Amino acid sequence: MKNINTEPTPSTKLCFSGAQLLIKLLERQGVTHISGIPGGANLPMYDALTDSDIKHVHVRHEQGAGFIAQGMARATGKAQVCFASSGPGASNLITAIADAKLDSVPVIAITGQVPLNMIGTDAFQEIDTFGLMLPITKHNWIVRSAEELLEIIPLAFQIALSGRPGPVSIDIPKDVQNQQIEIEFFPEPGKAEPAPVFESQQVEDMLQQIRQAERPVLIAGGGIVYAGAAEQLREFAEKLDLPIVQTFMGLGLLAFDHPLSLGMLGMHGAPFTNMIMEECDLVIALGMRFDDRATGKVADFCPEASIIHVDIDASEMGKIMNPTLSILADVGEVLQQANTILQPCTRPLWQQRVSQLKQNHPLVLDGENDLFRPYGAIKAVAAIVDDSVNVTTDVGQHQMWVAQAYPFSRPRQWVSSGGLGTMGFGLPAAIGMALAQPQRKVICFTGDGSLMMNIQELATAAEQDLDIKIIILNNKNLGLVRQQQNLFYKNNLSAVKFQQHVNFTLAAQAMGVKGIDLSQSENPHDELAAALLEPGACVINIPISEDEMVFPMVAPGGANKDMIHGAIA
Amino acid sequence: MNTTHSAILKLTVNNHPGVLSHISGLFARRSYNLEGVMVRPIKNGTAYGNENLSRMWLLVNEKDKLQQIISQTEKLHDVISVERHTFEDSVFAHTENFFVE
Repeated sequence: MKNINTEPTPSTKLCFSGAQLLIKLLERQGVTHISGIPGGANLPMYDALTDSDIKHVHVRHEQGAGFIAQGMARATGKAQVCFASSGPGASNLITAIADAKLDSVPVIAITGQVPLNMIGTDAFQEIDTFGLMLPITKHNWIVRSAEELLEIIPLAFQIALSGRPGPVSIDIPKDVQNQQIEIEFFPEPGKAEPAPVFESQQVEDMLQQIRQAERPVLIAGGGIVYAGAAEQLREFAEKLDLPIVQTFMGLGLLAFDHPLSLGMLGMHGAPFTNMIMEECDLVIALGMRFDDRATGKVADFCPEASIIHVDIDASEMGKIMNPTLSILADVGEVLQQANTILQPCTRPLWQQRVSQLKQNHPLVLDGENDLFRPYGAIKAVAAIVDDSVNVTTDVGQHQMWVAQAYPFSRPRQWVSSGGLGTMGFGLPAAIGMALAQPQRKVICFTGDGSLMMNIQELATAAEQDLDIKIIILNNKNLGLVRQQQNLFYKNNLSAVKFQQHVNFTLAAQAMGVKGIDLSQSENPHDELAAALLEPGACVINIPISEDEMVFPMVAPGGANKDMIHGAIA
Repeated sequence: MNTTHSAILKLTVNNHPGVLSHISGLFARRSYNLEGVMVRPIKNGTAYGNENLSRMWLLVNEKDKLQQIISQTEKLHDVISVERHTFEDSVFAHTENFFVE
């Protein structure tokens, strides 16, 4: 088989098993890595994989495989593949695939299934993977013959990458993997379809509305990241003198210190950011979906503003807000066209008001010079490393502190679980980013709650010898839940404080990763710098107070203007 | 019957195993009210390749969300087209007798 596998297109009929054909088709798609775990129902795939140049990343839990694929996909924009066996293998993937759906990440989950004639018999390790994956993917399949792979595999990549990206899943019964098939030609690899066509008149209309607006604000969402259009965005905003807020998923589109940047909006946005949104008369919403964490109470969101919405997903138009103008298109293509025809302008009055609000209602980073305070720890890390690093987070207070305070400078530098908010995301996503871009160091900010949800992947990081730094902001609590109990449940603390404290230094060492605890250090700043700058995986424990809070905060369901501020803000 | 809050959607879909799951799953997870479903293969129906097609009639008990329902349904890979019809002009008008006690 070896010499056959090197042929791009067979000239005579060639015989493959379904599993060999699968691997061949994945190679032709340009897949370089597959993360996963073998088991009874996907043994033929793993047998075929040893004949391939595709590198397998052997994880310790299938959820880790899903998040590694996500980390690679979020770093590169390319569709990435993970493998799991049937039953628990497939169900363990579910959370990572659901997470990919909500954040529009192209991941292809390929699972083994019991043989066709045993489906429906409650066979060993049988579950309805098709039914479980159905609501959390763009599309999914159960493959009923090896021949169907010729159509399904390229189509899976096409669907994952076209329009608004997202996950797909393919369930392959074991007998289909073993079925012999003769083929003459390989199908063309699947690729993204062209984006919807839009009228140049729509772009003219958009520019006209922007020209007429007195107090416009541009909201830049993750769709611009996925369109690879950060440069076009910057040019557009600079030429039209538009203040830009970024959604959580859009962070990094505009460098943190760009004069037009207003940072992140919404539940934990800066006071001035949400106040500027209150006053604006036009929202230019690009590649974003009006998530409830961004809008707050929808009825009170930007009460003065009409809305222009540009997105590639027709079902987002009018789902939450009713735009006066909507353009169904790739946002990058719209910006590119707009940039060629727009008349540059300035808005001195509005920019003056924006500056005034910025100055009078700043984001207060309380404790930013103290290494053992949240903002201080994040700022210290950012000051030691350079802009080339990638950053992942887990989910909770640390995630919001990083979103507020880390000086992001480019798209795809920041990778975090936005829509689903999955604790346990950060470490395996960091592994994926490091595999995809080995020249870049990855900083994973996490909490003691989140890290425990996928800590087993430290062994994977050690095995792959990756340059990942895991920073634990350790408050010995589920901090963001504690914060909500404090603010909204009369401080009735329920199941948030961990009684058993994990020694993360020892846990890291047990899995072959260096671990340090800055509270045990005589010169914590120097030790942090040394740990960050040397190559290799390292867990860095930074204890913080359990009383730390993320401010400002908008109560869930509340209006963005009603921000709760910290003591000194 | 009272059809004031109802809409009729006529779908052309790929006749695959699983396509009904994709559509009913969408309605369930987005909590759209589905009052009636009628589905049969289309005689001699072919899609882009040699795939068979099915016709699916949906009686949807939603008014405000209808455009959103159509947009979400159109996104499904196996859905080829979605059309709005009146009740009188639908399969349901002819089958009322089968749904009485």
